[in-house]
Amino acid sequence: MTWAVFAQNIVNGISLGSLYALVAIGYTMVYGILRLINFAHSDVFMLGAYMLFYIDFMFRLPWWLTFVLAAVLTGVLGITIERVAYRPLRQAPRISSLISAIGISFFIQNLGLVVFGGRPKPFPVPQFFSQSYMVGSVYMANISWVVPVFSGLLMLGLTMLVYRTKVGLAMRAISHDMDTSSLMSVNVDGIIAITFGVGSALAAAGGIMWALKYPQINPLMGTVPGIKAFIAAVLGGIGSIPGAMIGGMLLGMLEIMLVALMPTLSGFRDAFAYLVLIVILLARPTGLLGREFREKV
Amino acid sequence: MLQLTDVNVHYGGIHAVKGVTMHVSPGSIVTLIGANGAGKSTILRAVSGLVRQCTGSIAFLGRPILGLRPHDIVKRGLTMSPEGRRIFPNLTVKENLALGSYSRTDRAGVADDEERVFRLFPRLKERISQPGGTLSGGEQQMLAVARALMSRPKLLMLDEPSLGLAPVLTQEIFEIITTIRNEGTTILLIEQNAFGALSIADYGYVLENGRIALEGPGKELLGSQAVQGAYLGARVGVV
Ligand SMILES: Nc1ncnc2c1ncn2[C@@H]1O[C@H](COP(=O)(O)OP(=O)(O)OP(=O)(O)O)[C@@H](O)[C@H]1O
Ligand SMILES: [Mg+2]
Repeated sequence: MTWAVFAQNIVNGISLGSLYALVAIGYTMVYGILRLINFAHSDVFMLGAYMLFYIDFMFRLPWWLTFVLAAVLTGVLGITIERVAYRPLRQAPRISSLISAIGISFFIQNLGLVVFGGRPKPFPVPQFFSQSYMVGSVYMANISWVVPVFSGLLMLGLTMLVYRTKVGLAMRAISHDMDTSSLMSVNVDGIIAITFGVGSALAAAGGIMWALKYPQINPLMGTVPGIKAFIAAVLGGIGSIPGAMIGGMLLGMLEIMLVALMPTLSGFRDAFAYLVLIVILLARPTGLLGREFREKV
Repeated sequence: MLQLTDVNVHYGGIHAVKGVTMHVSPGSIVTLIGANGAGKSTILRAVSGLVRQCTGSIAFLGRPILGLRPHDIVKRGLTMSPEGRRIFPNLTVKENLALGSYSRTDRAGVADDEERVFRLFPRLKERISQPGGTLSGGEQQMLAVARALMSRPKLLMLDEPSLGLAPVLTQEIFEIITTIRNEGTTILLIEQNAFGALSIADYGYVLENGRIALEGPGKELLGSQAVQGAYLGARVGVV
């Protein structure tokens, strides 16, 4: 492998990793607060891409505005999912919510097949993204740097939200103790809704950028990236936001490097992600940054 | 100020609070004492909006609050510091206090109250950027009380603030509670330390198996045979 190709692979790894990270954040935030694996998250990722597809198709607005609208509307959808599928079960045993999550995921996928049709649709990719340049001796398309840079900005924004604002403080508080947070006048349901909204908007951004990279969308497109992002969240330590970011980058990089260094194994790239999951669960179930907080009683 | 009338609470099949009627008048310290499992915490949790299966009527400042959500009750000026401190161990002392004043928008007032709690609990100021979980048990208890004060409640409910504290610190907490009341906050206090609580209380209720067994001015209860026997350690037929 030449240095140029190596550099190309690094860029690809960062690009893929940052998408995993964006989606992993949604899993980890919801898990952190509700101890729930939101299986519908990978479908929200898919819905984000379709949302953009249809808004673009119907309104032909400037691309950035289409993007913002799609992300916001997908966020609203995420809030709706929480409202109808999880909130009524808040007092029920956790397994009920888990089953509800699986149910809502199947529901969205099948509704997608009916409404959007099973045939893949060509995703509209503005010319800017596919434009490429010679950098040294490799070709680089704009999309290769746009994805990591934009994902990075979103993650920075999220970090600011969680660690620098009142809403973020409330999120961190309810992830530890809902009842006591409500005694501090935190509107717990409201904060959970915001969490789903933000996580879903990030997933939409991820889904849209995914579609820019692989411009064929179908109602099941979320499944594989969704599982990978979930694995990334576990790898980083589920419940930890920095963990999700690091886990995502790491998994993306590992996957690309596996394919680059051992091209004969490239058919196993998905299986490789599961292998990573199994190894973490065996060796360090709390993930890289996850930790149990000891309480004084 | 706070009026409970014929309040009943069920946990599934358990009838934990049975027809309790209580009154807290403004500017007073009222205490609720009773054995483990009598239902004291359940009453406070019901008033705070944390239990669902609650009947009867609960009114605060003349308006019914039963059925309101906990955060709305806090906004009306009724704050509880829950049993077992329940501070946020992963958040700093400053962040814990910020949660106490979460829904307030009067920045100047919040700053004043921060000054005030640091005056009441100077030790917290020294530990302001430490995670709550690294404080000692006594400091955590102070943080729990300070955090509740940050909402500037009209009525402050404290669930066993002396739990697990050394005698000196217990004494200090009772003095601080009196100070808080003297500065204008009404107090409803749950205690295992019946002697300490009744000594500072204007009025007291004794709860037995979910029912009010006895009530009266603090000093009177302190002198009563029944209370002395059951809760103050005089060795006469302790159950
Ligand atoms: N969440 C719950 N589910 C079922 N039963 C409960 C629950 N919480 C309390 N109880 C029961 O209700 C009764 C009253 O409990 P409560 O916590 O109010 O007692 P307490 O007077 O505060 O006791 P302590 O002094 O030990 O704190 C007990 O019998 C307890 O077992
Ligand atoms: Mg109790």
